[in-house]
Amino acid sequence: MSQPIPLSVNGKAVTVEADPDTLLVTFLREHLRLTGTHVGCDTASCGACTVLIGGRAAKSCNVLLGQVSGEAITTIEGITPADGSLHPMQAAFKACHGLQCGFCTPGMIMSAIDLLTHHAHATREEVRAGLEGNLCRCTGYHNIVSAVMRAAQAMQAAGGGS
Amino acid sequence: MTQLAYHRPVSAAEAARLAAGDPEAKLLAGGQSIVPSLKLGLLAPSALIDLAGIPELRGIRLQGRTLTVGAMTTHAAVAASPEVRSSIPALARLAEGIGDRQVRNRGTAGGSLANSDPAADYPAAALALGAVLRTTRRPIPADAFFKGLFETALEPGELLTAMEFPVPDRAAYVKLPQPASRFALVGVFLAQTGGAVRVAVTGAAPCVFRVREMEEALARRFAPESLAGIGLAADGLSSDIHGSAAYRAHLIPVLARQAVAQALG
Repeated sequence: MSQPIPLSVNGKAVTVEADPDTLLVTFLREHLRLTGTHVGCDTASCGACTVLIGGRAAKSCNVLLGQVSGEAITTIEGITPADGSLHPMQAAFKACHGLQCGFCTPGMIMSAIDLLTHHAHATREEVRAGLEGNLCRCTGYHNIVSAVMRAAQAMQAAGGGS
Repeated sequence: MTQLAYHRPVSAAEAARLAAGDPEAKLLAGGQSIVPSLKLGLLAPSALIDLAGIPELRGIRLQGRTLTVGAMTTHAAVAASPEVRSSIPALARLAEGIGDRQVRNRGTAGGSLANSDPAADYPAAALALGAVLRTTRRPIPADAFFKGLFETALEPGELLTAMEFPVPDRAAYVKLPQPASRFALVGVFLAQTGGAVRVAVTGAAPCVFRVREMEEALARRFAPESLAGIGLAADGLSSDIHGSAAYRAHLIPVLARQAVAQALG
């Protein structure tokens, strides 16, 4: 049953007429055409669909649109600065080659941003454990962990994180 | 997905009223178990009653020797809470070990308890700590709350609002996580308060349970060696692709000894 749901996506306020039991990932990809958020397993296992809800990582295939009424959603499209440059996390993934096929990368980056936001001084081991909700079937994770460590330095230098 | 009614009440009383008026409705907390069940068609409720807009259900408060956790408090909030970490660090560690970052950001303590998944972590904490579960109608002692597989003492239209955990002298939780889901293949929570010890086991049977023989032995002397010779029969324990009943029976004393050592450490 369609009803108005107010929320903000990537800093823009929107009120949508939609079924509250629409999956958040379906809403982002099919209604807003924000296809950077990927659907991997569709069973809340792989984390490819990770977005930020109120600044905290969540699997958007496992959240209903009604649940995020009034919330601020950030997708991979929303983290790049207005000048089109890369977010420090994206730049670090590029520099460290923290991807191969790239399918898991948007979710990995959103999770890693949450991780560093709440744990700016994480060790390599803590980063590895902290990304347990995101699966990558290509890399073996080594370069992903290196990328997050590099991003941590860049984000601290830029005054981000806490 | 199916088209179903979606309610977003702003008070616990309103949520309970909505639930009482529609026995086929489901209360929606963090949704980390309900949403997958809806997607798989394992659940087909007439309506969802989303509890996310009810501020009174959230929050953590430490008053004297009682830690109160609102039902809609997320695992991430419990794990990070200075009140929880200072009063019952074992509970903070338990919350930190649930699922993964994304699950902990959405999943709630009350949702876990009301769902009573046989492999969930929180039921072991509630039972071992002797928590009191507050609802819109009454306080329910943990000993009377867990009834069976996904079954609790909650009645239709009754809403879990908060959990009161008595602060123990010592406590620890040790689980062997199922490696993919991080649910407990077996988990043992034990707590010592004064001369009394409570030991609760999750993951091993259709419902969380206490092990009185271990409790009595640990009450006499709180040391890993006290558990020597205490074995559990595999009869009635769970058996699945992750582990046989005999394996689970074997794990219980192993994890219990580790938990005693951790509580002493």
